[in-house]
Amino acid sequence: MAQFALKTALPNYLRDEQRRIEEFAQDVGLDFFPTIFEVLSYDQMNEVAAYGGFPTRYPHWRWGMEYERLSKSHEYGLSKIYELVINNNPSIAYLLEGNSIVDQKLVMAHVYAHVDFFKNNFCFRMTSQGRDPKSGADVRKWIDAMANHGAIVRKWANRIGIETVEQFIDACLSLENLIDPQKPFLPKESTPSTSEEEEPPETPEVPLLRVDREYMESFINPEEFVESQKQKLVDEAAQAQRFPPEPERDVLGFLLETAPLQRWERECLAVIRAEAYYFLPQMQTKIMNEGWASYWHSRLMTENICDASEIVDYADRCASVLATTPGQLNPYKLGIELFRHIEDRWNKGQFGKEWDDCDDWGLKRHWDRRTGLGREKIFEVRSLYNDVTFIDEYLTEDFVADQKLYSFGYNQRNDRWEIESRTFQDVKSQLLTSLTNAGNPIISVVDANHQNRTELLLEHRHQGADLRLDWAKEVVKALSRIWSRPVEIHTIVDEKPTALRYDGNDHSQRSL
Amino acid sequence: MSLRIDQDHSRFRNIVRGRIRQNLRKYISNGELLGRQGKDIVSIPIPHIDIPKLRFGDKQQGGVAQGDGDPGDPLSGSPQEGDGDGKQAGDQAGDHPLEVELTLDELADILGEELALPNIENKGKNAIVDKKDRYIGVRNVGPNSLRHFKRTFRSALRRQIALGTYDPKHPVIIPTREDMRYKSWKTEEEPVANAVIIYMMDVSGSMGDEQKEIVRIESFWIDTWLRKQYKGIETRFIIHDAAAREVDRDTFFRTRESGGTMISSAYRLAADIVERDYPSSEWNIYPFHFSDGDNWSVDDTLLCVDILKKLLLPASNVFCYGQVDSPYGSGQFIKDLKEHFSGDEQLITSEINDRDAIVESIREFLGKGK
Repeated sequence: MAQFALKTALPNYLRDEQRRIEEFAQDVGLDFFPTIFEVLSYDQMNEVAAYGGFPTRYPHWRWGMEYERLSKSHEYGLSKIYELVINNNPSIAYLLEGNSIVDQKLVMAHVYAHVDFFKNNFCFRMTSQGRDPKSGADVRKWIDAMANHGAIVRKWANRIGIETVEQFIDACLSLENLIDPQKPFLPKESTPSTSEEEEPPETPEVPLLRVDREYMESFINPEEFVESQKQKLVDEAAQAQRFPPEPERDVLGFLLETAPLQRWERECLAVIRAEAYYFLPQMQTKIMNEGWASYWHSRLMTENICDASEIVDYADRCASVLATTPGQLNPYKLGIELFRHIEDRWNKGQFGKEWDDCDDWGLKRHWDRRTGLGREKIFEVRSLYNDVTFIDEYLTEDFVADQKLYSFGYNQRNDRWEIESRTFQDVKSQLLTSLTNAGNPIISVVDANHQNRTELLLEHRHQGADLRLDWAKEVVKALSRIWSRPVEIHTIVDEKPTALRYDGNDHSQRSL
Repeated sequence: MSLRIDQDHSRFRNIVRGRIRQNLRKYISNGELLGRQGKDIVSIPIPHIDIPKLRFGDKQQGGVAQGDGDPGDPLSGSPQEGDGDGKQAGDQAGDHPLEVELTLDELADILGEELALPNIENKGKNAIVDKKDRYIGVRNVGPNSLRHFKRTFRSALRRQIALGTYDPKHPVIIPTREDMRYKSWKTEEEPVANAVIIYMMDVSGSMGDEQKEIVRIESFWIDTWLRKQYKGIETRFIIHDAAAREVDRDTFFRTRESGGTMISSAYRLAADIVERDYPSSEWNIYPFHFSDGDNWSVDDTLLCVDILKKLLLPASNVFCYGQVDSPYGSGQFIKDLKEHFSGDEQLITSEINDRDAIVESIREFLGKGK
């Protein structure tokens, strides 16, 4: 980025605007990292965007592919990237050179809300790299981290050859989404001390109840019961012997710790895993994050920033950002409306036991206790929720009706996509399903010594939707590349439990 | 400024090239590329290079959206995973089919590499050169018609500023003789385009649409390869049934006639064209003839052999005969040719049974490097 530094600093007129907007943002209570704006030409913007915001990332062909796609759609006028903001401290935001001043202001207002979200939402806490010992500030030096990742991959590519490294990285990227969103919040596992020799499990003793009179023995501790308890203990012991002891959803982490990898492979895999965890919160909070940013750009622009001559241009731009298309959820729109809905409810006191218990529709309609807690509430929500809990807690029946939300699905018989339902329960459960685990299937490692042959067994917790089979096979292959032994995944295909297996040469599929 | 992305981009392009090489056979037999875009560029649709992941199947999962409509109504747009307007540093790519643009030159390279086609030896006819004038700079003398207005005034302005006679408030510039600048040129010698392809096709009733499509695809690739080998190649088109006539490219591929087949008529016309327009001492000549191998009579076949031996073969680099399999034709002609020209390397025959055979046939035609 040093290469851009001189050319990309904000021109004066934008710097003045930035100071003004920053003040407004602070005044309304937004709490953000220092934010640095840079202006990029469209091809620089396409480059930075292709790298996911980090121009110093590790080399890989898919950035090139993304760049080609972005440049093409820019050239043909299909899409334009207005803004890019990076979760980093200080945060970096890129503006597109040549945009109108109204657009630039809108983007700046939008960016400050994003950075506030990065800093305060709990999901993003996992991207923190610790606290600065002096100032106590949140350390998020991801630009440096990504550059280091780049250096690691480049180093190995130079030593071993780009082909080999790239093939390995491709395999790792196939597993990129197999991480555990809860892991960063779990207490660090204490590494089991390996020094202690594990004693071979003896036949376990079943604790018996105290028997004072001998003839009562068979009644108080009946033989069948003792036997079944014994069996249970044996099973538990066997379970404890299993590795991993509990199903492990952090597949990447598991491989990193246990797969027989060479040093360069381990380092590359660690890079992929670290970046996967870095980007995870953005996927978990897409609706909230965009909703929050849109809420604030809308408030700041209309209340503070725009003058009368700019308001129409602003409204036009804002409307296109919030436009909805059939069959596609616009996270900006859903997010901003839900935040407004929450603010309105808490301003009027439409919450709590009394509200929930009230059955009188007329009373509810004009319910206004003038509590005025809206502003406070939305700030709390932006800190403590992610998309799933946000929808689960605050999506209401009225909201679904007002916003004309519907669920849709593929109708096999008519061979087309159709609207399925408008009822609150259906919409909500469909929405939650598609947001759960950021839209990824839930996969865990269940046994690293499957059939006592050091084969890896994974399990897909099936929740109604099958895996895409051709891809799943490729993923199993990628897994076996890293695990160096046959790999099997148990899932459900067309309602039949099925195992997909790759033994190093061939794929196979069998019913269980 | 060279961008860092250029490395990744060219890496991606190489992978795509590899893809194209793997799938070349498919692309060739599909004939998808024939819609040329722009002058020398074709765009090849390739499947988005996806990194496979564990994901849900396409049509298993529905979703939620906003808008009007009743349950049971179809969605007007099909749902697509996309990144909205790309406001955030997301990593989800939109679901666009990827098209790669290649120049025809690049395509010919890939074709050549993949089919191991040798470069063609020119028949040593480079002697003919064309002279061309190109403007390359300016000089102080020259005819008035070549005066370089801007440069003249610029040097006048420079002189006046240097002398201090230029007044910005009264900007008058008067060039003197020394200020005059004239365009200068250089005469360059270029080897003249000296190859011609003569395509002949049987359009009698037995040649169906599928047969013509095969001819169309095959001649596109032959064209591409030979264009790579010779600069500014010329092409001529002849169609024939019982009589032959010269047509333009478009007609060549579209015409559907009926009636009998007299191949000799086409060969005679080709021989006439060669004699009239392309003296064989100066031109590389490539006649290609496609037919279903059903000739009118044995006598006519003998006449063909005669024309080939006396007129066409001596003039041509190679003469290529491609026989397209058709349900109606007897397919006798290729056997006759093989019989009369066994061991003659100048005449190449190839049987094209279906689209998949096109690649092999191109290799047979062009694999000798003549």
